[in-house]
Amino acid sequence: MQDIMFYMFAALTIASAGVMVFSRSVIYSAVGLLFTFFGVAGIYVLLAADFVAVAQVMIYVGGILVLLLFGVMLSQRVTGVNMRTETLQTVPAAIVAVGVLFILFRVISKTEWLVKAKTTFEPTTAKLGTLLMTDYLIPFEIVSVLLLGALIGAAFIARKG
Amino acid sequence: MSVGLNHYLFLAAVLFVLGLYAVITKKNAVTVLMGIELILNAANINFVAFSRYTDTDMDGQVFAIFVIVTAAAAAAVALAIVLNLYERLKSINLDEADSLSG
Repeated sequence: MQDIMFYMFAALTIASAGVMVFSRSVIYSAVGLLFTFFGVAGIYVLLAADFVAVAQVMIYVGGILVLLLFGVMLSQRVTGVNMRTETLQTVPAAIVAVGVLFILFRVISKTEWLVKAKTTFEPTTAKLGTLLMTDYLIPFEIVSVLLLGALIGAAFIARKG
Repeated sequence: MSVGLNHYLFLAAVLFVLGLYAVITKKNAVTVLMGIELILNAANINFVAFSRYTDTDMDGQVFAIFVIVTAAAAAAVALAIVLNLYERLKSINLDEADSLSG
């Protein structure tokens, strides 16, 4: 059952990522990205990472994707040919991409991973909260200041225009 | 063959390569940003998969959360830059933003 779910989510993720990469329209790309994010959230659930899955849906779909759509809408004419995105250097890019994919596949399949699978599904939120307040307190505080600075800076840059 | 660590790593590799291809080929700045988000998602799948399939406790998931937060910050700053680019050039095609190249 879990295997079938994995293949379903993997197919959804890769197919919609393909739509995102190969479509000509920016809006189609955004919709493809939406389904990619949902597929990745499903993958997180299969990996027993429930909190990360919910955070993925809330932040990526609810935040980043909406920001991207605002960026599209504010910077192009909605009706007309400007909605298209052109491509360049497709042949060298395809060569580089296939080469990287080949290397990655080879490395992944040749390496003897120290696998020690966990089989239980437990809620992770409490454990994550404890980790963020103990072992990862400094990175947590730093990333909060980073986020604050980035958002204030972004608002400032966009307003001056 | 039941699904194991390798399956997740292969999936993440495919996502990474698709994002890389988008970053290299797209002219539109917003779609390049979408490609970057794909790459970050691929890295995140790896983090969470290793957190599940090795005996480290939850560290991979904590890192995945940090990656998500950093991606949100990056998207906000990048879109502010895109809006300014549009103000100046009336276009967000990256190959037209070449005023630094003399």
